[in-house]
Amino acid sequence: MNTPTVGMDVRHPAEGVAVVDITGEVTSACEAQLTHAYEQASTPGTQSIVLNFSGLEYMNSGGIGMLVIMLVRANRQHQQVRAYGLSEHYRQILALTRLDEAIAVHCDEASAIAGEPLERAR
Amino acid sequence: MSREEVTSAPKRDDVQNWARPVEELKVEYRPGVRGTNVDGRRLNGAVQGFGKLWQKTYSFAGLTITPEEAIAEWKAHFGEFWPTGNKFAGSLTGIQPGEIALLDLSIGGTKLSTGVLVVYADDRSFTFMTPQGHMFGGWITFSAEPARDGSTTVQAQVLMRASDPIYEVGLALGGHRREDAFWSETLTALARHLGLESPTVDQHVVCVDSHRQWGRWRNLWHNAAIRSAWQTAASPFSLSRLSRSRNRQLSQPTPQR
Repeated sequence: MNTPTVGMDVRHPAEGVAVVDITGEVTSACEAQLTHAYEQASTPGTQSIVLNFSGLEYMNSGGIGMLVIMLVRANRQHQQVRAYGLSEHYRQILALTRLDEAIAVHCDEASAIAGEPLERAR
Repeated sequence: MSREEVTSAPKRDDVQNWARPVEELKVEYRPGVRGTNVDGRRLNGAVQGFGKLWQKTYSFAGLTITPEEAIAEWKAHFGEFWPTGNKFAGSLTGIQPGEIALLDLSIGGTKLSTGVLVVYADDRSFTFMTPQGHMFGGWITFSAEPARDGSTTVQAQVLMRASDPIYEVGLALGGHRREDAFWSETLTALARHLGLESPTVDQHVVCVDSHRQWGRWRNLWHNAAIRSAWQTAASPFSLSRLSRSRNRQLSQPTPQR
C-alpha cells in the first residue's frame, strides 16, 4: 500500500498571514495532514493563507481536490488563499482546473505575503 | 507541525499524466452520440459551480486482481458499465489525458448531451472534469488501491457543485438519488465484470460546503438540459416525425357523430 509522504509545516511570518510549507506528495491520502495544517494556520486573526509549494514533489487529481476543500474552508472564514513556489507544470495544472481563479499564484514568498502583484498561472 | 514520513524519494514525473490547459474544448462529430453542448465550452470546476459542494464516494472491495488491472479494464470498457439509456463516446485513443468524451445522459425521460475532459490519468486512477452546461461543475476521480488484506478496492469519487440554480433544484428533487443510483449501478456492473459475484457498493456522502455561490447564477446560460431539450425539439428528425404525425392525422377519416 502507498504510504503518504507529505509534510506540512505552518509558520506565521507576518500579522494576519500564515504560511504552510508543503513538502512531498499531495494526494487524497493527505486529507488529515492538510486539515490539521489548516487548523494551525487559521487563527482568529488570519486573513491570508500562503501555500509554499517549493518542496512539492508530486500532486495528483486527488490532491487538487484536497486543495479545493481547503480553499472552501478558508473562504468561509473570509481568508484569501495564495500560493508560490509552483513549478511551471503545476501552474499549468492550476490553470487547467481553473483553481488559479481562486488561488492567487505569486512568484515568491515576499510577494505572496504582501499580496501583490498577482501572477496568474498561465 | 504535521510532518509524516517525509522521504527522499525522487520526484515523480507526472507531466504525461495531466492534460494541457485548454481555454475552450474542441470536438468533432462522433458516431453514437449527439455531441452537442461541448464544443467551445470552458471547463467548470467546483470553484465555478453554483450549488452546495458535495463529495460523494462510491466504492467496493474484494477484488483479487491488481489495481492496475482493474483500472485498465475500467478504462477499456468505461461506458459499457453505465446504466441502460446512457451513452459514453470516448475518443479512438481511449481514456487519455486531454481526450474529450461525449455523453448522452438519460435524465427524467429526456436526453441531455454534454461531455467531459480527461484531465488526469495514470495506472491507478483517472479523472474527468466537466464543461460549462454540465449538471455539475467539478470532477470525478476513478481509482483503485490495494487494501490491507491484499485485495483491491475500487472507487469513484465526485467533487461537485450543481452548475446553476435549475440543476440545484433538480438535485434536491431527486437528482442526488438518481446520481447515487447511477454510480451504484455502474460500480456493481464493473465489479461483476471484474469477477465479484455479489458486490456491495458502499456510499459516503459529505456536504463540504452548504453555501451556494449566488454569483454563479449566470451559468444558466449554458444549461445543457435546456439546450438539449431545445435541440431535440428542433432537430430535423423531430420535425419530420412531427410532420409524419400530422399527415397521419390528416389522412385518418373524421369520426362520424
